[in-house]
Amino acid sequence: MRGSMGEITVESMSQNYLDVLKELGNIGAGNATTALATMLQTKVDMSVPQVRLLKFPEVGAILGGEEQIVAGVYLAISGDITGSIMFLVKEEVAVHLINKLMGSETARDLQGELERSALKEVSNIIVGAYLNALSGMTNLRITPSIPDLCIDMAGAILSVPAIEFGELGDEMLLIQTQFYDEMTIDGFFIMVPDMDSYQKILSSLGLLG
Amino acid sequence: MDIKVGMADLNVCSGTDTITTLGLGSCVGVVLWDAQAKVCGMLHAMLPDSTSIRNNSNVAKFVDSGIDELLKRVLAKGARRQNLVAKIAGGAQMFSVSNKSDLIAVGKRNAEASVKKLNALRIPIRAQDTGGSCGRTVTFYPENGQYHIKCVGKETKII
Repeated sequence: MRGSMGEITVESMSQNYLDVLKELGNIGAGNATTALATMLQTKVDMSVPQVRLLKFPEVGAILGGEEQIVAGVYLAISGDITGSIMFLVKEEVAVHLINKLMGSETARDLQGELERSALKEVSNIIVGAYLNALSGMTNLRITPSIPDLCIDMAGAILSVPAIEFGELGDEMLLIQTQFYDEMTIDGFFIMVPDMDSYQKILSSLGLLG
Repeated sequence: MDIKVGMADLNVCSGTDTITTLGLGSCVGVVLWDAQAKVCGMLHAMLPDSTSIRNNSNVAKFVDSGIDELLKRVLAKGARRQNLVAKIAGGAQMFSVSNKSDLIAVGKRNAEASVKKLNALRIPIRAQDTGGSCGRTVTFYPENGQYHIKCVGKETKII
């Protein structure tokens, strides 16, 4: 991000990059809807994904406040591009997904090993849907690491991608999509490419230089 | 009144007012306090070092430049330099995977940078609650100097 990268900043790239994220949101959420429907064995619909650009002081409010308990799955990406990916849902949505996946009627808590594995698995499927979309758009090879799950206050979990964005600029970008089965699954997808990976994504799409 | 401090933000308060940051994760919440004047300020910084980042105009984003600015603000609010003490909270590690090794320990580095900066300014550190792997909601009471720290599912801790 420094030295050889010259004068390119996140801000100067952001309009083109926003367009990339919108496209990624559409294709990725479409893939994720299909994958979710297969996995949960139910009909799943989706809303038009929204790309949100947030100043840091606004970040905590997006999932219903900084203290809202959320489940965040975080993984690193490697291959032609490097960076990190996070997928977040509110606690009640996480419980719903686990119940659907495990075929149980009663509400489960999120601390059991089986529940945590199930949540990682469903998040993996959704993240994979977005990453496949990005790979398809750019012809770049993208490999995710194993996922890590954290259940805590939204502000605390969002501090992780916010800090990564903070190394580059003063804004955070995310894709918000609502999936519907019996309830609204409000999902937040956050991708933080490293600085040279931004350029690879944009140049692979003919949007840079 | 309870004053909220967001991410990459700082503010001051006095008397019976309080100042709060909700859901602090790997960021740090640094408080400066003058017990006599009952004046305090809180910084919610994201990264340890403004000199290692080119885009560093947002002073409250960094521990070093943020503490400098916080010091100016509490003095302007009526605190006296020689009365100031500090308390630090935050700097958790929320996840165990990271794409960059320097970011995995960013919480720890934020806490260390706070100690280093406060030592350089010769502001005594009265208390710290840093590290671990859980988020913290923190509230400071300038009337009595209590720093209340709340983690999910745990009792409020006072430092």
